[in-house]
Amino acid sequence: MDTESFDLLLDTLRRFVAERLRPLEAQVADTDAIPDSLIAEMREMGLFGLSIPEEFGGLGLSMVEEIEVAFVLGGTTPAMRSAFGTNVGIGSQAIVQDGNDAQKAAWLPRIASGEIITSFALTEPDVGSDSGAVKTRATKAKSDDGADGYRLSGSKRYITNADKADLFTVMARTGGEGASGVSAFLVPRDSAGLSVGAPEAKMGQQGAHVCDVNFDDVFVPAENRVGPEGEGFKVAMRVLDRGRLHISAVCVGVAERLIADAVAYATQRKQFGQPISDFQMIQAMIADSKAECMAAKALVRETARKKDAGARITLDCAAAKLIASEMVGRVADRAVQILGGAGYIADYGVERLYRDVRLFRIYEGTSEIQRLIIARETIKAGG
Amino acid sequence: MKILVPVKRVIDYNVKPRVKADGSGVDLANVKMSMNPFDEIAVEEAIRLKEKGPAEEIIAVSVGPAKATETLRTALAMGADRAILIETDETVEPLGVAKLLAKVVEAEAPQLVILGKQAIDDDSNQTGQMLAALLGWGQGTFASKVVVEGDSVDVTREVDGGLETVKLKLPAIVTTDLRLNEPRYASLPNIMKAKSKPLEQKTPEDYGVDIAPRLKTLKVVEPPVRQAGIKVADVDELVAKLKALGVA
Ligand SMILES: Cc1cc2nc3c(=O)[nH]c(=O)nc-3n(C[C@H](O)[C@H](O)[C@H](O)COP(=O)(O)OP(=O)(O)OC[C@H]3O[C@@H](n4cnc5c(N)ncnc54)[C@H](O)[C@@H]3O)c2cc1C
Repeated sequence: MDTESFDLLLDTLRRFVAERLRPLEAQVADTDAIPDSLIAEMREMGLFGLSIPEEFGGLGLSMVEEIEVAFVLGGTTPAMRSAFGTNVGIGSQAIVQDGNDAQKAAWLPRIASGEIITSFALTEPDVGSDSGAVKTRATKAKSDDGADGYRLSGSKRYITNADKADLFTVMARTGGEGASGVSAFLVPRDSAGLSVGAPEAKMGQQGAHVCDVNFDDVFVPAENRVGPEGEGFKVAMRVLDRGRLHISAVCVGVAERLIADAVAYATQRKQFGQPISDFQMIQAMIADSKAECMAAKALVRETARKKDAGARITLDCAAAKLIASEMVGRVADRAVQILGGAGYIADYGVERLYRDVRLFRIYEGTSEIQRLIIARETIKAGG
Repeated sequence: MKILVPVKRVIDYNVKPRVKADGSGVDLANVKMSMNPFDEIAVEEAIRLKEKGPAEEIIAVSVGPAKATETLRTALAMGADRAILIETDETVEPLGVAKLLAKVVEAEAPQLVILGKQAIDDDSNQTGQMLAALLGWGQGTFASKVVVEGDSVDVTREVDGGLETVKLKLPAIVTTDLRLNEPRYASLPNIMKAKSKPLEQKTPEDYGVDIAPRLKTLKVVEPPVRQAGIKVADVDELVAKLKALGVA
């Protein structure tokens, strides 16, 4: 996109975040729901289609552009982004990256418009970090009217937006043990035998929901498999590489918001006859947060640039996710500290963000798993 | 029917303006600039008239520096069909702008010109009225409601005593007040499409208009800092003070 249009796009989003999303943050958290009218506004804005190619009705942002958008979206509570986050990221990217023409034509336009919501279903009750060990089975079978396909049985856990999803990307075992026995499937919500559990009560990000998804002998037509049999884990890992980079950018955005909130408070609040921002111990916290945030931002931008250039970025994405998610955790902790008692009181919103950002170190691979990836790739490359 | 919407690039309403050290004006270096908020309302009203039927084409026009293309792109992204930039780096006073707009009106023959009631940078509140005078058209200023019916437009105006509705024969001039509508956000897909909408580049010379300023700015100063109030002991003292100040 040309710079002038992209600047206008970012500017418009900044306004949308400041004027439409931020004022509703507390309400979304209190009611654990995003108002339908706001979802409609997000659709209208085109937010569901950020990463979907233009030919399918999306904006077709490059990764370099997408992360700049994610920095801006980090200016509001992460639950808001989650409303369209799965359509932009893990819910759509298997189709965008590995889907065939028919799958793209069938699903992407409605994903881009937000007409349908998507989820990504990898995690299971017994399968988390060791995601290559999925137990959900997909067995070759015929449908009642004789069509070729698979029957899926098993359960998925903590699936974001499952309560609203119309389409799931499901990783299930078609072959033997290990990652090479996994295939990826597109499973519509209305498939017979598919059921979704009640939303879980969570620590933060109220307004965004996770649920179990159960498959009881669910027939999935053969044409709904994404990529060849046995390639499902690779499909999932490519989706997650990209997802991790997007999440890293959101971490930076939230950190920038927290730093701004902390600075605004510190320059107003007076103790011992002066603004607390005059105290060097407060300044040190602001400086550490700012410097760490800038470093993470630079890494995210560099990784996005590499991705757009077509380089292999597994290590880079894991590093960005590790650095950015740990960074925003520290920044949130310092923000609470700078606000003192107010940091612990709900009205100021900082304690809410403190709880919200805790998730970033867990999902799309825990910090420990990112370290494993970084170490594996580094050792493989000899340094 | 065609609608012409003049839009001005001004200092963003969120920015706290700072006066230049030499008192010659407001410092605009590295300051965020945006479309004048009243002009956004004008663009929105034109789009609504197009969506509702009476309008077929919306032309946005701006008088200003090359950067004003950004403001025009915003109008195009919101829903204007094409744009004209009359490029100049000079300060153009309301009369100069009105004269240029009169020429654009001559060339484009719109039935309605919708302007902001004023720009938030100089707060002149003159351009719409001057344009009406130059063209000899009716004017409905400070509009809080605009209804086009046949060959006339009903404009509800926000006046001191309340609301006044005037019926103007088209073509006419309307200037917008704050409560006319709530402007939409340009959607992201429309922002991308705006790039391919036509944007014509002109200069004041193309229209043969002399834009040389008629006024001279002597000095620009910051508003005086508000003085601290005084405390009074009781009502009697309050009344006495008010009397002394001549306000009671
Ligand atoms: C709010 C939320 C939303 C989510 N959304 C989705 C979704 O949309 N789709 C989806 O598929 N999943 C989703 N998840 C699941 C998430 O990705 C997993 O929770 C995460 O990958 C960790 O898996 P686990 O919970 O099973 O933890 P475990 O794997 O049991 O890990 C427990 C602890 O052990 C550590 N550990 C595990 N293995 C190792 C090792 N080899 N070396 C060192 N330490 C190790 C972990 O780092 C962690 O600290 C979501 C989770 C949450 C909480």
